[in-house]
Order: sequence, then structure tokens, then C-alpha cells
Amino acid sequence: MTATGERTSTLSARGLTKRYGSRAALRAVSLEAYPRERLAVIGPNGAGKTTLLGLLAGVLEPTEGQILRPSRSGAVGWVPQQPALYSKLSAAENLRLFARLERVADPDAAVNRMLVQTGLAERSDDEVGRLSGGNQQRVNIAIGLLCEPDALLLDEPSASLDPRQRERLWEFIGRLSERGTSVVFSTHNVTEAERYADRVLVLADGELLFTGTPAELERTVESSRTTPARPGPGEAGCRAGQRWRGDFEAAFVRFLHERGH
Amino acid sequence: MRWLLVKDLQILRRSPLLVGLLIAYPIAIALMIGFALSSPPGKPRVAFYTQVAPGRGRISFGSQHINISRYASQLFQSIQPIKVKSRAEAIAKVRDGQASAALIVPRDIVSQIQSLVTQGVGNPTVQLILNTRDPLERQFADQAISARLNQVEQAVSKQVLRVAVSDLHEVLSGGNVQILGRTVRLLGLRDSRTIIRGAIASLPARSPLRVALRQVVGFADLAIEGLGFASPVLSSIGTPLTVQQTELHGATTPTDAYAVAIAVVVSLMFVTLLLASGMLALERSENAYSRLVRGLVSPGRLLSEKVVLAAGCAGLTTLVLAAAVSAFVHLDWSRFELWLLALGFGALAFGALGVAIGGLAREVSAASLFAFLASLPIAFVALVPGDAVSGGVRAVLDVVAFVFPFRAALQAASNAFSGTAPGIGWPLVHLVGLAVVFAVLARLSMRRFAAA
Repeated sequence: MTATGERTSTLSARGLTKRYGSRAALRAVSLEAYPRERLAVIGPNGAGKTTLLGLLAGVLEPTEGQILRPSRSGAVGWVPQQPALYSKLSAAENLRLFARLERVADPDAAVNRMLVQTGLAERSDDEVGRLSGGNQQRVNIAIGLLCEPDALLLDEPSASLDPRQRERLWEFIGRLSERGTSVVFSTHNVTEAERYADRVLVLADGELLFTGTPAELERTVESSRTTPARPGPGEAGCRAGQRWRGDFEAAFVRFLHERGH
Repeated sequence: MRWLLVKDLQILRRSPLLVGLLIAYPIAIALMIGFALSSPPGKPRVAFYTQVAPGRGRISFGSQHINISRYASQLFQSIQPIKVKSRAEAIAKVRDGQASAALIVPRDIVSQIQSLVTQGVGNPTVQLILNTRDPLERQFADQAISARLNQVEQAVSKQVLRVAVSDLHEVLSGGNVQILGRTVRLLGLRDSRTIIRGAIASLPARSPLRVALRQVVGFADLAIEGLGFASPVLSSIGTPLTVQQTELHGATTPTDAYAVAIAVVVSLMFVTLLLASGMLALERSENAYSRLVRGLVSPGRLLSEKVVLAAGCAGLTTLVLAAAVSAFVHLDWSRFELWLLALGFGALAFGALGVAIGGLAREVSAASLFAFLASLPIAFVALVPGDAVSGGVRAVLDVVAFVFPFRAALQAASNAFSGTAPGIGWPLVHLVGLAVVFAVLARLSMRRFAAA
């Protein structure tokens, strides 16, 4: 972990590069994640968001670069984009299996705690394959939280959820963050990033383009308008230079467009 | 690993239809294959060596001659003869697999038959050497040659009997025979008796010759009535040939036990391959693989768990199958520990092959299909009788059979079930080697598995 001023990061990465053959999925990306912080990784398809989270989670090995994680086992929780669950097992059995594999001291207590936290206590004996997508995602997240991690990595957690389930998810993540957990999540939905993230990290084509708050991203785009630019793809039908004001998504698209993405 | 095993067993328990099919289908296939292989068709290749010089195959019986050499052509209708020039060459052909058997006709066969048909004493013997490397092939060659030899025996017997009956008829009733180019009239027993009776009637009542001639008539009566004296000779030439059978490589597996071994190994292969490949691919289909290998379980341990799971389930299933079949077919229960070894090692090798398939296929449906499609040719290649294909194809099939576990598992199982040669040691070593190779391939395939 590294300290910046008075803050100590939970998770730190320096110069992360991941190549698949000659193709670079990620190029020299660095980041810090702090306690109680929600960091959104945003970018278009193929930007390298899942690769970055996979590297931070330890699922992938970086070609170059370094990652600093807490030394405690289970200190980094990971919630993959697709629920990583056994559909023939119940919610409780899935949780119990991973609690045992994580060598949680009291697996049954941890399972009960997570079932209560995720609101799945009444469905605990249902086979996961029969649960709704939202409930499956809850179990998926609960597994990532079994070890009470210092940092939780979520790869597009709201992708398969309806608006009401999405709202519940973000409330849950908000509570986690308030309890001190660093939450790093990737999303396509830049509106969600603006709404729920403390900071955003913009990736495009494996390259880190921006790190800062959503407001800072908007300001960056606005300041760039001092020099005229042709309208971006998200600005069709609007007067250039006005569309992104108060519209984070348009600002984001403009930001990418100005940088050739 | 324990919790992964428990998890997989829970998943299997909740898929009864799948498990039922997984067990019933291969058993049904295995039994059908076992029965089908019990009666293979075709002609075996047989190395044929005769020490009887050309033109020396005639036996004389009475005034007639029989050429037994012409009966060899009947034998050749049932086999593909490979004519060789020495006994050693014949054995070499069997040893190196070019022939499934060797038939050796000794030099004294003609004199033995001659002695048997003329004196009732003799032991004409041909030597049959069988290759026991493949029990089905051995049985195939044995049956084909024995059946045809039996026909030859019958044909020779009929010919000899016809000659014998003809000669006996001449003894009884008289006739003309050729001796040194001259036709000689033979007086038969019946005519002789008539003549003597006439002579007796013409003698004085008290002539001492009457007593002597009556004794001759009595002898003639006995001879005429008792022509059954020839029956021991005739019955002895009913089966004139004794087949002295020599088996290379020691004893052989009984065909029934071999068919059971085939059935069991086919089941073992199906269940292990489908389970190992399917359960490994399931980890990826359920997206759990990446979660597992980030420090919870190493890829090697995950592979080991799948192999152990598949091998355990398949081993148990096939053990039950073998035990059930043993109620109908004799299997050597005193070698039960070898059953366990054979099935265990076979299951491990198939399990390693299964996880290699699962690692490559990555999805349950693809892995299952891949395993299923691979199973049939793997078994087929190992079961093709060597005589059914040409030398080049046979060499290719041998190589393919060597690099997959079926043939080695079959050798181990057939040995374990019947306690016959070839021994179980080499097949077990072979299976271990294959298990290691496929485990390494599976581990390499996991890189692709993880990257996908």
C-alpha cells in the first residue's frame, strides 16, 4: 500500500501492462484505491476494464507492472461480471463452499451473515439456477464479501439488473463503502459512474486517459471547448459546446472523441 | 480438494437423469460391443509349414491309394495361408504378429496315418501354434483351423472307410484285384464256405476230414458274421488327427472374460471421459474457474480433483458392472485386488485424458460432445483385429492405440479378470505414463481455459 498525504491506499497498481501476443490489452496503467472510496473504471467496449479488474483481483498476471494488495488472505474481494456460481447448488451451499475454500474461520456464521446482508436469507435453500438475475448477482457479490475484504472489485455489477435491482445494488455498495471498504467497479453506464463513484478512471484501448472525480472530467471537457471542436458522436442533433453541460455521459463521449477514441 | 469433491458430488446428485444416462448408456454400448466381439468373422492369417515332400502324401490301403495332400486345399478355404519354409519361420511369423497362428505338418504324418489305417496303431499329429497376445484373435484362428481340420478329418475318414469297406466286401464276397498289373480273381469268404460245405457233403459220413472242414466252416461263419472286427479300426480312423496345440506368451484370456473386460473398459472410458471433461468444463461454464484459481485452488489441484472424481465414480460403476456380470461369466475373484488396480489405473489415465478434453473444449456441451466423439474411435482402433487390416494400416492403428489408454486398460482388465498372460505390469506402467502425459496436456490447456 502507498500513502498519499494522510491517506493510505488499500490497493495500488503501478505501470500495469497486459499483452496477449502482440496485442496490448492494457498499457502502463497506474491507480490507487482508498478506504471508503468508490472508484469507477469506465470506458468503451474493449477498453481494458475487465482486464484491469482481473489483474487487480489476481486472476490474470500482468505482463509488466506491479500491484500492491493487503497481505491478509481474502483482503481483496472479487465479483466477476457473470455470476460465478454453481447453479445446481443453493445460495447457502455456494456461500459455504467458497467460505470453506477461503478458509474462513467460521464458515456457517459467515454464510448466515452474508445471507442477511444481501437479503437472501429466505431464499438460502433455493438452487441458484432458479434465482432471478438480480438475486444471483447478490449471491455473487456475497461471495466476494465473505472474507470481509478491504477492497472489493466488481466487474460491471449492474449489467444484468433491472432498474429496481440496480438501485438496491448501489445502496448495498454504498453501505459497504461507508463501512470502510474500497470499492472498485467497472461499468459501461457512465451515468452510474457519475452518480455512485467518488472518482472515475477512464480507459480507452487499454490506455488510461483520465483519473479524477466526475466533476473534474466534466470540467476538463468544458475547458477543452475554449478551442472549437467538431461535434462528437453523442452530440448529434445538438448544438456543439452545449450538449455536455450537465450531461456527464455526453461529456464523457466528448472526452473520448477529443482524444481520438 | 475435499470441498470441491463434495460440491461436485452434490451437483451430480441433483442431476439424476444425467447421471443415469451417463451410467446406463455406456453399459449398454459396452455389453453390445462385448457380445459382438465374441464371434468375429473372416479368415485368420496362418503360417503353414509342411515337412511332407511334394508327391509323398499318398497312403496305401489295401489295393487302393489316398492322396492326403489334396485335403490341404480344403483347409486353405478357412484361412489365409502364409507358406513358410521352416518351423522357426512359422513361429517367427506368429511372434511378430504377421500370422495369428502357425500350422505345422510333420514329416511322419503320412506314415502315422498309414499305420493307423492299416494296423490300428498310430498317432498322426499336426502342430498348431497360436498367438495369445489378443485372445479374440487367438480364438478366431483356433476355431477356424479346428473347424476346417475337423472337416478334413471327416473327408479322409470317409475316403479310408470307402476303401476299407470295398476291401472287406472283396474279402467277403470275392472279386477282381490288380496285382502287379494282372487281374487276379479273389475267392471271397462266402464262396469259400459254400465250396467247403459242398466238400463236406461229398465226404463219407465218418471221414475224419469232416471235423476239420467243419472247423473251417465255423471259422468262415464267424468271420462273415464278425466282420465287425474292422470296426475298431474304422472307428479309430474316424478321428485320425490329433491337434497338438502350443500357445506362445503363456496362457490366454477366456473369450467370455475378455468380452467382459471390453464391456467394463468401454464403460470405464465413457464414464470417466464424460465426467472429467464435463465437470472441468462446468467450472468455466459456471464462471467459477477464475474465482477458484485466484488463490483458492491451484489449477493442478483442480485438475487432480476432477480426475479423482471421475475415476472414483467410473471405477465404482465398472466394478459393480464386473461383479454383476461375474454371476454369468466366470471371473477370477481371487484376483480382486488386481481388478482394483486395473480399473483404478485405467480410470486415472482416462480421467487425465478427460480433463485434457475439458480444458480444450471449455464448455460442458462441447466437452461432452468432444469426449463422446473421441471415445468411439479410441475403442474401435484398439479393438480392430490385426488380421482385419493390411500391415501399414495395422501399424498406424497400433500407434494410435498406444497413445490412448484403451488398449492398455483392456490388457490390464482382461489379465485381472482371468489371470492370464500377458501380465498386468506393463499395461499398468503404460497407463501411468499416459496419465502423466495427458495430465501435462491438461495443465497446458488450462492456460487457454483461463484466458478465455
